[in-house]
Amino acid sequence: MSDVVLDVRDLRAWYGTEGDPVRAVDGVSFEIRSGETLGLVGESGCGKSTLGRTILGLLPEGAATAGEIRYRNRNLVTAPPKEVRALRGPELGLIFQEPMTRLDPLMTIENHFVETLKAHESDAKEKEMRRRSLDALGAMGIPPTRFKQYPHEFSGGMRQRIMIALALVLNPKVLVADEPTTALDVIVEGQILEILADLRRNFDTALLLITHNLGIVAEACDRVAVMYAGRIVEQGDARKVFAEPAHPYTRALLESIISLATTDLKYIPGAPPSLIDPPPACRFHPRCPSAMRVCSTKDPIEVSIAAGHVTECWLHGPEDEIPAGGEQPLEREEIAVAEEA
Amino acid sequence: MEAAARPVPRAVAKPTGEVLLEVTDLRTRFALRGSFAQRMRGRAAGSVKAVDGVSFSLRRGEVLGVVGESGSGKTTLGRTLLGLAPATDGSIKLEGQEITGLSEAAFRPLRKRLQIVFQDPHASLNPAMTIGESVGHPLRIHGIARDREQMRVRVVEALERVGLHPAEQYMSKYPTDLSGGQKQRAVIARAIILGPDILIADEPVSMLDMSVRAKILELMIDLKRELGLTYLYITHDLATAKFFCDRIAIMYLGKIVEIGPAAEIYDNPKHPYTVSLLRAIPEPDPTRTVARDLPRGEVPDAVTPPLGCSFHPRCARAFEVCGWESRDLRTLLEARWTRMPEPEYRAEREVIGSLDEMNVPSTSARIEPASGHTTAEVAEIIERLRIDAPDDPFWKGVAAIDTEGPAVSIRFHEGIEPRDVQEGPSRLQCHLYDEDALAAAQRDAAAR
Amino acid sequence: MSSIGEIPGTAAPQSPEAEIKTEGPGGVRRLIRQIRSARGVPKWILYSGIAIVLFFLILAIFAPLIAPYGFAQSSSGGVDFPKQAPPSGAHLFGTTVQSTDVLSRVIWGARTEIEVVIVAVFFSLSIGVPLGLLSGYVGGKLDRGLVLVMDALFAFPYLLLAIVIAFLLSDKLGQGIITAAVAITIVYIPQYFRVVRNHVISVREEPYVEAARALGAKRRTIIGRYVFFNVIQNVPVVATLNAADAILTLAALGFLGYGIQPTQAAEWGYDVQRAISDAGAGIWWTGLFPGLAIVLLVTGFTLVGEGLNDILNPLIRYRRVRKPEIPGASPEADK
Repeated sequence: MSDVVLDVRDLRAWYGTEGDPVRAVDGVSFEIRSGETLGLVGESGCGKSTLGRTILGLLPEGAATAGEIRYRNRNLVTAPPKEVRALRGPELGLIFQEPMTRLDPLMTIENHFVETLKAHESDAKEKEMRRRSLDALGAMGIPPTRFKQYPHEFSGGMRQRIMIALALVLNPKVLVADEPTTALDVIVEGQILEILADLRRNFDTALLLITHNLGIVAEACDRVAVMYAGRIVEQGDARKVFAEPAHPYTRALLESIISLATTDLKYIPGAPPSLIDPPPACRFHPRCPSAMRVCSTKDPIEVSIAAGHVTECWLHGPEDEIPAGGEQPLEREEIAVAEEA
Repeated sequence: MEAAARPVPRAVAKPTGEVLLEVTDLRTRFALRGSFAQRMRGRAAGSVKAVDGVSFSLRRGEVLGVVGESGSGKTTLGRTLLGLAPATDGSIKLEGQEITGLSEAAFRPLRKRLQIVFQDPHASLNPAMTIGESVGHPLRIHGIARDREQMRVRVVEALERVGLHPAEQYMSKYPTDLSGGQKQRAVIARAIILGPDILIADEPVSMLDMSVRAKILELMIDLKRELGLTYLYITHDLATAKFFCDRIAIMYLGKIVEIGPAAEIYDNPKHPYTVSLLRAIPEPDPTRTVARDLPRGEVPDAVTPPLGCSFHPRCARAFEVCGWESRDLRTLLEARWTRMPEPEYRAEREVIGSLDEMNVPSTSARIEPASGHTTAEVAEIIERLRIDAPDDPFWKGVAAIDTEGPAVSIRFHEGIEPRDVQEGPSRLQCHLYDEDALAAAQRDAAAR
Repeated sequence: MSSIGEIPGTAAPQSPEAEIKTEGPGGVRRLIRQIRSARGVPKWILYSGIAIVLFFLILAIFAPLIAPYGFAQSSSGGVDFPKQAPPSGAHLFGTTVQSTDVLSRVIWGARTEIEVVIVAVFFSLSIGVPLGLLSGYVGGKLDRGLVLVMDALFAFPYLLLAIVIAFLLSDKLGQGIITAAVAITIVYIPQYFRVVRNHVISVREEPYVEAARALGAKRRTIIGRYVFFNVIQNVPVVATLNAADAILTLAALGFLGYGIQPTQAAEWGYDVQRAISDAGAGIWWTGLFPGLAIVLLVTGFTLVGEGLNDILNPLIRYRRVRKPEIPGASPEADK
């Protein structure tokens, strides 16, 4: 098994507001090994985008962080911003969702690459830079004849590929992709997923793939972490988690996916909670069909289901921590149909 | 185990209602704003044929899905049907009455029968109006429900019907107070309050979370049953379309390339584009790693679409008559160079002069060698191209390669415009199923 | 390669809701909500501006009660006022060369300024905003024509334009309040037109406007209910800044002699002009007080405008955001 390249422990990222803070990431732990792809799934408002940005140190002014992000014997949470900034690019790469807004419309693609390489590798030679750029673009299927064109001359899918090439040309150890295919059509999405799959095979880049689309997680990821209301409720090998989801939220989410094989429509009643004032104890308990009394009174403890597969859910114990009577089903009022929908 | 799972009966199998909407050879074209220089000279800059000859009929009680990627023209089709985009040609008949070219005033009463739900729930409601005002506004516009009380009653009824309960609570709220799913419900309420016959739904759930989509789809199915609605469901998502639709039309670059009963489309897709769309859907099942065989390239420029069949540059099964042209040669060369290491690419690139001639679509391509190089060198590159991938459909399209003279010229077989052919219960536009085209291809192949 | 995404309505499918909602309510509600929640510097700017303007408003409205004498009054109870007398107990701000009381003229002048300016701004608004709405929504030839006219007006130096108009109109309407008001009105119409038109052009493409068309709403309904309330957010700011500007213009007109005649009403600009010859003789009170009044009122309106602008359109979102304390977090090591 390859080495752990990114180790996150009890990470918190809170945004300041005029009132109470938004607890977007509220105690998250995971690790990624080199060459591995970890899919981070969740619905809107669960904090996954914030998590991606926290790792790269890209949070706005009014945000506070705590915990550990161990990268190469450094804790990125406490490291000085200058240091983190130096890591961004050559060591930690980021792919955004909307490629058009991230490429400078006044610079040719060639200039984007030259600038990127020069900024991080000041001794790079012209010829060498060109070669690496064209190689990176070629790996993404962008013909060298278009090297001197401007971003607006490319389609959305190609721009996203250019972004990926820009991120990869510096050979980062960790790449964070925040919803890379959400704005793209399904065939283009498939092409990009193929590219990302090649990545796993040919390089040892660790990839954190943030998305709300469970379908692409199944295709492209080795492991998956399911996020809900600022916490990771389940993580493990992608196949195992999909085949035997341990957490009721994961199960409900998988069942609500509409795929070609769907015969029934299923959804999760209620709404994702506010990150300012999440429900006490297990945050999913107001919507959980299997909620017990303990779920609303005591924070769930992480348990190991199988090797590498963990979850935080009282249904899986640990039993000795559940007080007497805690296993009784939780009574609550009917959740109105439109409370979320 | 799910608190909220109920097997929803699939849409009624065969709606045998009368034809509500008859669309014949509909075309919608947008003129492009050219560059400054072009405008100065008074020259038009070309136009986008967003809808390029679409024909279908919509029967009462059915759900017709219109599926396509961006650039397919599906959204423009929806807007043209509603008179929000002007039809350039063709006809749309609503229960026998022609509605293209109607003035706004003449169209207005028809809007009671034909409504739309848009894609973006966050932007479809006026931020300056309360939900009650928004949902009730159609009643005002069409002069139904004269007094306040009557209007209030009908708004409450509509809100309850879409599941916004208790309705009174929602009436005084503004759109920003609601979540995405709730907003979409309000938009649906507004669309149905006049009791329309036809509802066009343009990507109604694509901007909502997964766990919420099912709720809205279920709502739409319920409304279909309760109100006897007929739907035109526009989407890029074949999975939800399968669940919801009776018939499906697949659109590519402004044309319907395949249309047929849903079961047929999914179990027995015929058009290569339909096949790739189905294959491209990511399945949330990691145990299945089926090779996807995605078509190469992307949706082409709609201003100058490929000659012949628009899908031919990407089709794995294209053959002689599909419309091969000079731009395909350029694409192939570029693909070759993309895979090559840089030094070799440079070497080859130097041999060839300008590539721009190949950008003009034509059934013959001409490549001039750069100064200091010969035609023979160019011919050699072309030969290498062929040796690398002799089975590429492109070579079927090549009729002759002439290496004499100052430039290499390649002549392609004449492409044939695809026309509608019936294959079983489906109608499609594909030469693979067109007897005449297949015969012409055989003749071309023999002559080669 | 032409960008297919520019065809109206064919945007590629986008992601679900943003995690932290940043959109706000439209229309008037948003204005009020934002003003209420203002904090810090913009709030004080706004409040001090309002205080000043209110002060002058009170002067203007209650002039008959507050001013000790009439604006052209040169005697009281049979006794003539002294000529060019320095400030004293009887005349707090002194008297002018025509033996009128400076304090009274300042107070009555406030009435003149406020009257003319508010009327002028009101009319500018009433013409500029609807024209902007119409032009922006309808487009086409009407739009092109109007934009041409408005741009031409806007390109003129505003003071020059006001003078020219006042001059032209003085034949027909005589020099006076109306002429000045009309001149100022015309000068400021293009501002409202532009601001509103530009906003309308962007709102026009919004899905909810298209939805209104799909519902069958008539054009005037769409403009009135769907577009109007969503484009007027910037109008109050423009109006207050215009008021400030207009006061200067009116004073300038008066200064140059094209404004209001002294027999009609008191006017600060006219007073300042008259005071020029006094200055050489060391008579400072006839010029200082009207001048100060101009400066103060203009500043007041400007503060209101800028304060509103900072609150409604913050460039850098200055909000009282406190970086939260995360319990159990270790203090940051190196900084």
